[in-house]
Amino acid sequence: MNAPILLQPDETFILNVGPQHPATHGVLRVKMEMSGEYIVNAETVIGYIHRMHEKMGELKTYPQFLMNLSRMDYLGALGYSHCHVLVVEKASGIVVPERAEYIRAIMVELNRIASHLFWFGAFVMDLGGFSPLMYALQDREHILDMLEAVTGSRLTYCYFRFGGLYNDIDDDFIAAARRFIPRMRKSLKKYKALVTGNIIFRKRLEGIAPLTPEMCRKYGASSAVARGSGINFDVRRNEPYSVYPEFDFDIPVYHECDSLARYMVRMDEIEQSLRIVEQGLDKLPGGPIMPDKKPKIIKPPAGDYYQAVETARGSFGVRLVSDGGKNPYRLKLRSPTYSNMHLFDEACRGMMIMDALAFMGSLDLVIPEIDR
Amino acid sequence: MICDKTKQALQSLFPKATPEPAESSPAIPSSEAQEKKAKAPAPRQDGVVERDYAVHGYHLDAQVSPDQLLEAVSILDEAAFFIESITGVDWIKENQLEVVYDFSRYDFDTCRVVIRTRLDRNNPVVPTITGIYAGANWHERETHDFFGIKFEGHPHLIPLLLPEDADFHPLLKDFKA
Repeated sequence: MNAPILLQPDETFILNVGPQHPATHGVLRVKMEMSGEYIVNAETVIGYIHRMHEKMGELKTYPQFLMNLSRMDYLGALGYSHCHVLVVEKASGIVVPERAEYIRAIMVELNRIASHLFWFGAFVMDLGGFSPLMYALQDREHILDMLEAVTGSRLTYCYFRFGGLYNDIDDDFIAAARRFIPRMRKSLKKYKALVTGNIIFRKRLEGIAPLTPEMCRKYGASSAVARGSGINFDVRRNEPYSVYPEFDFDIPVYHECDSLARYMVRMDEIEQSLRIVEQGLDKLPGGPIMPDKKPKIIKPPAGDYYQAVETARGSFGVRLVSDGGKNPYRLKLRSPTYSNMHLFDEACRGMMIMDALAFMGSLDLVIPEIDR
Repeated sequence: MICDKTKQALQSLFPKATPEPAESSPAIPSSEAQEKKAKAPAPRQDGVVERDYAVHGYHLDAQVSPDQLLEAVSILDEAAFFIESITGVDWIKENQLEVVYDFSRYDFDTCRVVIRTRLDRNNPVVPTITGIYAGANWHERETHDFFGIKFEGHPHLIPLLLPEDADFHPLLKDFKA
C-alpha cells in the first residue's frame, strides 16, 4: 500500500503548496509541477481571502472607507491609510497642518519598522532559525505599544483623518519613541551578528533567485524586490509626498539581485526609518492636528486622481475616480505585493523547491493585501 | 524631459491631433473652452492631454482606440516604463466600459502615463498586452473578473480573485449581489 511510486526519468508530478501551508504566510496556493526537487512550472493561485474592498469603496462614503485600508495589510497598515487620505485630500483640496503631516510620517515609519521586524523574524523562521523571530517580536512589541497608546489599536489602525489625525501624540509617546531608537539600533547589531553573518543563512540566499532589473520592470515590482535588483526606486524619493523632502535619509540599493540582496535592503531600511523618526521628533512643529477649514461632507470634484506612496511592501497606489458625489465612483487599490508575487511564477522555474520557498519569503508577502 | 518625448511619440498615433490648431490661433481656444464648459459631459476625443501633476497625480493622459492600444503600450515599453496597474471603470450612462492602464518610471525623470481606451459595454473586447508586459497577466485577469472585459489573446483568462466558477462581474454598476 505504501510502496513508493516510481517515476519515469522525464515524468513530472504536481505539488500543491498551500492554501494552508506555513511557508506561504497566509492563504496562498502555488501549484508546482515538479521534476524531482526541481520546479518545472508554477502557477500561483490567489483570491482565497478576497473581500472586494474596491466595491466597498464604491458603496461607502469617503470617511466610512477609512477603516478598510488597514484591513488590507495588517502588518504595515498606516502606509495604506496614508495613501488613501492623501489622494482624497489632494482631490478635495484639504490642506493638512504641518504638525499632523510630521506625526503621520513618524507613525508610518514606526509601522514600517514593525512590519520589517515581523518579516525578518518570519523569513528567518522559513529558513529554519526560530529564535530571531522571538527577538524581532520583542522589539516590535515596543512599537505596537507606542502606536496603541496613540491610535487605540495594535494592528488595524484607523488613525488618519481627512485633513489630519484622530489624536495628538503626547510626551509619553515622544519619550517612548526616543527610548526605542537606541534600543532598536542595538538590536540591529545583534541581528547582524546573529543572522546576517551566519554562514548557513548566507548559503541559503546568496546567488539564489536572481531577478533581473528588466524582469522587475515588466512586472512592476517595487520595494526591496526592485531595490535588491539594483533599481534605485523609492516613491518617497522619486515622487516626494507628505513631509519626506524635509528628511535626510538614504535609499539602500543592492546590485546582487539575489535573495540576500532583498534581505539586506530591508535590514538597512530599518536604520533609515529610525533616522526619519529621529529627525521627525526633532523637527516636530507645534500647532493643530486638524485644519480649521474643512468641508463637512467630502465631495471631491469630478475627475480622476492618483497617489502613490512607499509602504513597507512597496509602491502602493490609489486611483480615485470621482463623479462629484458623496461616494467614490471608482476606487482602485494598486497593491505592491500583487505585482511582486506575480513574478514568482516565472522566476522560480528551474529552482529547487527549498530555494523557491526562501525566495517567496524574501518577497515579503502579506496575502490579504494581494487579495484585497 | 521624458514626458515631452513620450507625449510626442504618443501624439504620432493621432495624425489629425486636435490640439494643433489651438496653438496656432489663440482666439479659438477660449471659445472652445467655453463650449466645453457648456456641454461638459461631451465624450472625450482620442488624443494625448497633459495633466497637472499636483492636482491629478499623473502627467500624461492618452485616450486611444482599442486598435491603437498595442502600439501605444509598445512606445512606453521602449521608453523603459514599468507597468503599475490595469483597471476598469464602468460608465453605465454612456454605455461604455473604460480600461485604464497606469505606467510609471523607475528613474528620477518622473513621468506617470495613463493610457485609457473605451469599449462598447455590450461587447467589451480589447487586445491583451501580456505580449509586451508579462506582468499584465494578473491585472487583465482581475479586470476580466470585475468587469467582464475580454482580453483577446490572453493566455489564461480564468477567474483570479473570484471563485473559479464565478459568472458575475461585481464592479459593474448594475451588479446586484
